[in-house]
Amino acid sequence: MQNILLPVGAIAMALLLFGLVVALAGVNPVEVWALLFLGAFGDWFSWQNTLLRAAPLMLTALCVAIPARAGLVVIGGEGALVLGGLACAALAHAVPLPDSAAGTLLVCLAGALAGALWVALAGWLRQYRGINETISSLLLAYVAIGLFKHVVEGPLRDPSSLNKPSTPALSDGLLMGPMGTSDVHWGLVIGVVVCLAAGWWLRLTPSGFSVRVVGANPRAAQLVGLPATRLVLLSCALGGAAAGLAGAIEVAAVHTSANAALIAGYGYAGILVSFMARHNPWAIVPVAILFGGFGAAGSLLQRRLGLPDASVLLLQGMAFVLILASEALRDGAWKPWLARIVRGRSAMASPQGDTR
Amino acid sequence: MSHLLSNRRDSIKTMAALGAAAMSPLAFAQKPITVGVIYVGPRDDFGYNQAHAEAAAMLKKMPGVKVVEEENVPETNAVQRTMTGMIAQDGAQLVFPTSFGYFDPHMLTVAGRFPNARFAHCGGMWTEGKHPANTASFFGYIDECQYLNGVIAGHMSKSKKIGFIAAKPIPQVLRNINAFTMGARSVDPAITTQVIFTGDWSMPVKEAEATNSMADQGVDVFTMHVDGPKVIVETAARRGKMVCGYHASQAKLAPNAYLTGAEWNWLTAYTNFLEAARSGKPHPNFVRGGLKEGFVKTSAYGPMVTDSAKKQADGVKAQMMAGTFDIFKGPLKDNKGASIIAAGKAFKQTDLELEKMNYLVEGVMGSI
Repeated sequence: MQNILLPVGAIAMALLLFGLVVALAGVNPVEVWALLFLGAFGDWFSWQNTLLRAAPLMLTALCVAIPARAGLVVIGGEGALVLGGLACAALAHAVPLPDSAAGTLLVCLAGALAGALWVALAGWLRQYRGINETISSLLLAYVAIGLFKHVVEGPLRDPSSLNKPSTPALSDGLLMGPMGTSDVHWGLVIGVVVCLAAGWWLRLTPSGFSVRVVGANPRAAQLVGLPATRLVLLSCALGGAAAGLAGAIEVAAVHTSANAALIAGYGYAGILVSFMARHNPWAIVPVAILFGGFGAAGSLLQRRLGLPDASVLLLQGMAFVLILASEALRDGAWKPWLARIVRGRSAMASPQGDTR
Repeated sequence: MSHLLSNRRDSIKTMAALGAAAMSPLAFAQKPITVGVIYVGPRDDFGYNQAHAEAAAMLKKMPGVKVVEEENVPETNAVQRTMTGMIAQDGAQLVFPTSFGYFDPHMLTVAGRFPNARFAHCGGMWTEGKHPANTASFFGYIDECQYLNGVIAGHMSKSKKIGFIAAKPIPQVLRNINAFTMGARSVDPAITTQVIFTGDWSMPVKEAEATNSMADQGVDVFTMHVDGPKVIVETAARRGKMVCGYHASQAKLAPNAYLTGAEWNWLTAYTNFLEAARSGKPHPNFVRGGLKEGFVKTSAYGPMVTDSAKKQADGVKAQMMAGTFDIFKGPLKDNKGASIIAAGKAFKQTDLELEKMNYLVEGVMGSI
């Protein structure tokens, strides 16, 4: 119950605070709230807008969530995403592929593979060279972006892409189209399915359980004979594969070629999504939709009220901080806290108090 | 192939719609219009986006024109959603997606879905038969202003070393670097231009580093082609160097260092499309112009600019306004010594060959 109540309460609080801020700026908060809802979830158009923005975030969030369950803080999903996109375009350029869904599947797998290797590299550096994976994955993202730009503007550049250096476009048959009559592409379904599968794997399979044991207590895991290093590398590779897949889908469904527009920060936004979902792959789906909603609503706020782009970032920031802070209220953790305030200063000095 | 066919079908529909509209031009002209403007960065960046936002602000003042804007829109799905939203939610009939990367595939995709809306993209190359009739591209020959920047820089530089900080080695940027260099060397052929490419449109830290390192090497006049010239202008001024602006006027940021600048005047292009849309005339698909057509303008000269510098620059400007001045004419060599344009041959500004530029002219220190 509190799994739902806490974040919903935090978001309500964030909306309230945001209303206060816009009211101070001289804008009617009720109008802002109405527009936020209309822009994100008000009608079918808004839903499509929200879902399209959410699709890549689900996969990039997994790049944080899966390694996190093995005890790692990986924040370099952006690198895996751009290399995934590059691998997708490179494979389509280098090898004649079947102009069908099978070809699309192959370019997506290429993207996933590239992402998996990249994040596994960060995991390998941690396990074998003692390098902090947070720093190395972040720095590797910069390396990946540099590599991406070099290849796109150099060896793989389509000579006809004059002012926007790009790889040659994927052939029409390889592109991932929209679902039915909607604007939403199949990447959304892939994102949801991969999130569900990842959650199922972590929760219900022996290998997923082993990963969680490694994350909870690596020494205990080794004592009971779990191959901790291999499991860490596996979790990194799976996370990276998700982000790489996101890059490939962006190329196949949106950009049609790999170019610098792919570097749009989805990898970094995924970090926020994963932390808000408490690294639970099933929770990532609704949280990513919420973030997509923020983006969609921000678009409408700008167009209707002329509010700056930063305003919706403010709301997003408030929601993020409040949701993380609401964790302090979990499992009655607030009770001793409240009691201490009630007891006042004298109780705090007593020997029965916290001796840390 | 099916794509091409559907585009042709759309364009026929559009033409039919336009034909119907043309029957009642009066009713159409008085009809209020909603215009969407999309920026890739912040509206107040003292640069590329501000130049567009200034034109949009002037559109807003016109009677019967409603403007909806959105800033910081990345060149992803997001811009497709923004365009769709402007048309479907806000009722925009004319949309200006102003960043280069919005053209292909984003604008083309949305234009296919909304054959009755008009799209005017900044910077792209609209091609007959390849792109739908409800889309267009417009751009300005700002290299003319960069040439004039160069003339002023050539007069003002004491070290004979001038600097150009650029984002990417793409044709639009190379054309500016070359024009700036040729302007300066028309004053003194001993002048050289140092070029640093930062790699992307908005890289404030790298731009500051590039400015400082060039200042250390003795460069004393700077100009640039990045989205937000603010950092370069301020850094150069702090180092006691001079600067020629770009995109919009940065004079306010460094009044004592700002010589002149190359500015866009997008209102001309915007009204071009707006008038056509309101009166039901066909969408102008390929729109270009320079100083003469009022697409670009120069910033007012700073107080330190000498009279001889002003005199020469004004002289060249008058020739450009009269259409008798060609920047790219033979004999012209690139900076590796190879001949680019043979003697006696001159390219007009409108020549599409110039939009494919892939060389740096003699006098530029740097490589692509």
